[in-house]
Amino acid sequence: MSRFCKSLFVFALFLPPTVALAFDNYAGVGRHATAAEVKAWDIDVRPDFKGLPKGAGNVERGQELFEEKCASCHGSFGESNEVFTPLIGGTKPEDIKSGRVSGFLTGDIPQRTTFTKVATISTVWDYIYRAMPWTAPKSLKPDDVYAILAYFLNLAEIVPGDFTLSDRNIAEVQARMPNRNGMTTDHGMWPGPSAKKGGIGNGGVPDVKNVACMKNCKPEVQIGSTLPEYARTAHGELRDQNRSFGPVRGTQTLGPEAAKKAADAGTLELATKSGCMACHGIKSKIVGPGYNEVVARYQGQPDAESRLVAKVKAGGQGVWGNVPMPPNGHLKDEDLTTLVKWILAGSK
Amino acid sequence: MGDIKQAGRLRPAPENFLSAEQITAVGSGRRDFLRKSFLAAGAALAAPLAARAAVDGDPDILNLPPWATSLGLPVATNPYGMPSKYESQLLRRESPGLTRVGGASVSFAPLQGLFGIITPSGLHFERHHQGWHDVDPARHRLMINGSDPAFLKKPKVYTMDELMRLPSVSRIHFIECGANTGLEWGNVAVPTVQYTHGMLSCSEFTGVPLKLLLEDCGVDYKKARYVLAEGGDGSAMTRTIPMEMVESGEVFVAYGQNGEMLRPENGYPLRLVVPGVQGVSWVKWLRRIEVGDQPYATKDEAIHYIDLQPSGLHRQYTSIQECKSVITTPSGGQTLLSQGFFNVSGLAWSGRGRIKQVDVSFDGGINWKTARLEGPIQNKALTRFNVDWVWDGKPAILQSRAIDETGYVQPTYGQLRKVRGTKSIYHNNAIQSWKVVESGEVSNVQVL
Repeated sequence: MSRFCKSLFVFALFLPPTVALAFDNYAGVGRHATAAEVKAWDIDVRPDFKGLPKGAGNVERGQELFEEKCASCHGSFGESNEVFTPLIGGTKPEDIKSGRVSGFLTGDIPQRTTFTKVATISTVWDYIYRAMPWTAPKSLKPDDVYAILAYFLNLAEIVPGDFTLSDRNIAEVQARMPNRNGMTTDHGMWPGPSAKKGGIGNGGVPDVKNVACMKNCKPEVQIGSTLPEYARTAHGELRDQNRSFGPVRGTQTLGPEAAKKAADAGTLELATKSGCMACHGIKSKIVGPGYNEVVARYQGQPDAESRLVAKVKAGGQGVWGNVPMPPNGHLKDEDLTTLVKWILAGSK
Repeated sequence: MGDIKQAGRLRPAPENFLSAEQITAVGSGRRDFLRKSFLAAGAALAAPLAARAAVDGDPDILNLPPWATSLGLPVATNPYGMPSKYESQLLRRESPGLTRVGGASVSFAPLQGLFGIITPSGLHFERHHQGWHDVDPARHRLMINGSDPAFLKKPKVYTMDELMRLPSVSRIHFIECGANTGLEWGNVAVPTVQYTHGMLSCSEFTGVPLKLLLEDCGVDYKKARYVLAEGGDGSAMTRTIPMEMVESGEVFVAYGQNGEMLRPENGYPLRLVVPGVQGVSWVKWLRRIEVGDQPYATKDEAIHYIDLQPSGLHRQYTSIQECKSVITTPSGGQTLLSQGFFNVSGLAWSGRGRIKQVDVSFDGGINWKTARLEGPIQNKALTRFNVDWVWDGKPAILQSRAIDETGYVQPTYGQLRKVRGTKSIYHNNAIQSWKVVESGEVSNVQVL
């Protein structure tokens, strides 16, 4: 570091003060990024739309794309709460006028959806382009993103059904975002300078002030909440989440059926690790059928286990609809058998 | 025989030597069973010796164990060493029902059994937004550019080879998810400290100050007042950081963690370290830094990681993790072995600097006693505290309250909710309470 500081100092002596910093300080380290490299990676879009690629897409095209690439997780209308929290819902026409989602003011908002929260349309464009679809991020073209976003905006009743969203009219849509006035940066948790000094936040001033009283600090202890009984057992056998020696033991939380449950939890973990749970629910369809549906279909068939093992291994399409199940050659045969037995036994 | 009973009480094996009923019995003051258990355990060994052992002393002293009477394993039996087979219970775990997709989820560190301040790398909490990858370091690049060409003289690309040639720093810092303890804003929801506070870890990180890299690219600090950090994974996670923090020299790009390279789940081979700031800003698999003149309102600072206030407004760009502490031993979901002496131990930390003092209460916050801080106390790092306690078998409520070098005192639930309500999700740094009942069972409660 000292050599660096010294060269900085020498530089400062000979150059006007506006060019205070040396650069290219480390011979042999780092190289100029080419224009093509920067273009390939610099994909962020800011609230002022700096970085937004040119393009356009309409609601109809967006609906097609959404059905094909997004609906299996988000539901056809962005309403699904199965895999992710809902994208759409909870906003009202008057919110578009005020720029505040009224449900947050009245408390009448059962679930916070993306469109109830987000103030900046750029955020949604940027995120879809960089990270969606879930299993194939960065595969959408800018026109696809405009189209999908146009479909969202129509579902949220911000634009009409014949709308085409483009880089030229996105600022007009921003002016209709239902929660565009719903953010504040007036708090003490921004580590930069305050709004008064050209930054954001209040400069780090905390919003609560406790004092370090040491003796007779209050007349009585007021308990606000205790652990509900269901929550005591919801995290499994706590005895097994602590050492079996030392000053304490984990509290035994499960009954005599603990061993069976633990074994099932192990299989669920195997199913999760093997990627099964991304597409199948135990009691509900996600992308593929729920395990309850599989049991219902194969119940009573003597060769169910061997047939299912073969199916899971090879993959398939058509039995449960058009979404294909990929082959699972990476799974060990014994794990496959464990999983299939578990599913057929009710996957509890 | 009193001494031998003592030895029997501490005897760790066979596993689960004490049943739940026996532990309950300890709490109620009955101890005669301990002697019986001890005798039974002795009897389980070689029968002819048992009777004599019980009379003469602890069979684990009188009968030499196999490891004292046989040859051990050679060096490099495990080329990468692993914990003892007896340490299989402290694992990072998920909270059932918290999330629905493992790729966008969290696993919690088992704080209830950890010592000191360094989190073993294999137990570091995980938070992924779109799954994790084991990135090939030979193909990893860090790009630095400007949102405007005027902000940086020369956009550059660095390989891992090049980054690891540069002057490095090694510093110990905590990392805490902004949503840590978020499940507990409204009421008690989870049983143990692993799930209440386990999105918290602390490591020694090694890397290159971001300031050095930006200056190597010829940054114009006058124009570029914000930094965008971007990940190289599918989610390409992005967060805005103020340039002041970078200029302070605290922010660095890290490749090392606890003496080895970062673990894949923690961003191998390169992540950002933003001391004192919530974990989401410590972008993993870091591929790009952009300097700019305004904040970016990325997904994780405009849709998630925004704090809903009673006014109906969401606080945006909340970043600092305010002063907080928690007792880890004893803690929720544990049962004390008997009345008597305990070393009560916990962790304190602050995103605004060093911990100055930690006080512990055994009566729910009426009276407080100052704890010992284990040094050296470091900037924006976990600080371990310990305090003596003799449990008299009566109900107690244990709390810890940290004070940082700015003088900020960790708030109560009542104080925090009065200002922020119960729907913030993020930045819950309230004082944690653990209730101890006569049986010795410790459980999670909230004192207002």
